[in-house]
Amino acid sequence: MSVEIALLTIFILSIFVGFEVVSKVSTILHTPLMSGANAIHGVILVGAIIVTGHADNNLELGLGLVAVVLATINMIGGFVVTDRMLELFKSKKTNKSGDKK
Amino acid sequence: MTPVWSQIANLGAALAFIIALKALSSPKSARLGNRIGAIGAIAAVAIVFFSESNLKHLPLILIAVVIGTLIGFVAARKVQMTQMPQMVALFNGVGGGAAMAVSAIEFLKIGTTAGFVALFATVFTIVIGSISFTGSIVTFLKLQELMTSRPVVLPLGRFITIGMASATLFMSVYLMIFPEIWAMWTLVGLSLIMGILFVLPVGGADVPIVISLLNAFTGLSVAASGYVLDNVLLLVAGTLVGASGTLLTQLMAKAMGRPLTSTLFGAFTAKATSAAGTAVDRPVKSAGPNDIAIMLTYASKVIIVPGYGLAVAQAQQTLRELVDLLISKGVEVEYAIHPVAGRMPGHMNVLLAEADVPYEQLKEMDEINSEFSNASVAVVVGANDVVNPSARTDKTSPIFGMPILNADQAEQVVFMKRSMRPGFAGVENELLFNDKTTLLFGDAKDSLSKVVAAVKSM
Repeated sequence: MSVEIALLTIFILSIFVGFEVVSKVSTILHTPLMSGANAIHGVILVGAIIVTGHADNNLELGLGLVAVVLATINMIGGFVVTDRMLELFKSKKTNKSGDKK
Repeated sequence: MTPVWSQIANLGAALAFIIALKALSSPKSARLGNRIGAIGAIAAVAIVFFSESNLKHLPLILIAVVIGTLIGFVAARKVQMTQMPQMVALFNGVGGGAAMAVSAIEFLKIGTTAGFVALFATVFTIVIGSISFTGSIVTFLKLQELMTSRPVVLPLGRFITIGMASATLFMSVYLMIFPEIWAMWTLVGLSLIMGILFVLPVGGADVPIVISLLNAFTGLSVAASGYVLDNVLLLVAGTLVGASGTLLTQLMAKAMGRPLTSTLFGAFTAKATSAAGTAVDRPVKSAGPNDIAIMLTYASKVIIVPGYGLAVAQAQQTLRELVDLLISKGVEVEYAIHPVAGRMPGHMNVLLAEADVPYEQLKEMDEINSEFSNASVAVVVGANDVVNPSARTDKTSPIFGMPILNADQAEQVVFMKRSMRPGFAGVENELLFNDKTTLLFGDAKDSLSKVVAAVKSM
């Protein structure tokens, strides 16, 4: 199997997995889910580090470093803000069980 | 080629992302899921420093990572929950910008020698990443109210957009046939402008759907750059986000009763909003805080309909105080949460949770709608469109078909509003002029504290 076909296979299978995992999400979780998915594409940081690490001139280096900063903001900020949202859901639940007892 | 151990580690990271998305779909496991995703992402970044041979400029890269971490962390910690949708938009935008920059660099390196598929993926990332970047910035400006949240339609807007879209498409094809550097930069410029034109005509209420769509776009551009860089992890992560984001966008649009096409292109088909000018002369019934306090204290069942105005006034705590007070006086009180109350699906739940409102008092729309007919009073605080009956009856209304809360079926309706101005969707609300409706004008927090004081003194 050539590399191209392998990548295409992975791509198509990932589409189905992506559809499948969020198909039953409740409305309450739309916002955190969007935010969490948003953080995951921050992994473009890996790509940014690779191209910056192989930069041959100042233009490539400068553009690469900007990409690294932006991607890190996306990734770190995304996960932290999602965690903050979900923390609120958590506290609600402890309240609930606390009230019952 | 990267070493085998790092490929296996990347597989682990990809699995972490799948588990994270799956876990995020259920309230019980959501927080854990997000953390699993974070660990996967951080691990993937750590791995690349060891697996990728001959990385240059390491100190500079590390400094850039530290700067990004600081900005991202502080911004995410400091942002108020009311402003969270625009924060997500901004994070998404910078991700799109990063994907675009990565592809631009890759083009500078391999442009003239790349195969057709790689070129296509590069061009795709440049276009979609750029659109996501500037588009997200415009959504941020709209939500932050640094610019109008109304649809902006440029004179001849449709022709400008079609013209620009054709130019972008032409340049994309040109670049794939003649991979020249000037053409690449031109395409970057065109795509950045496209992003702005794409979001400008979208009305405020539809902005969350657009954020979700742009999020999916960024995912796809990350996937494409994964192809260009031969990096399976980027390909999988980007595709997962692209696919789940597309589905999520559809789910959101459905929850708002808005077909996706009318969200995106609605403003182009100029619609006649019911003339607001005539409305000013129409009589409404308004009352003072004391009257409202009496009405609420002697009610048997009160349903609160909170909206974004509540959050803007930071009045969640005061509202909870009023509700607690009424409950202590023997009134049955519940909150009716519209799926899109606030500015994003689920946003109001987050905001009320922040004010420690007990989970069991919050009722989803399907659960509560049948109960409005048994309620003595429906109190609408800082909401408007989500209780507008014209969504049920008026086929010409821009919000026709949107599921609404049946506040109009309660015995009496109280609106706490700042003014007679229509809501985010810009539609006049007939319920305001109904006989059983009483209005209390003023800032939500101000009005609520006055009502609280009045209830206390009774």
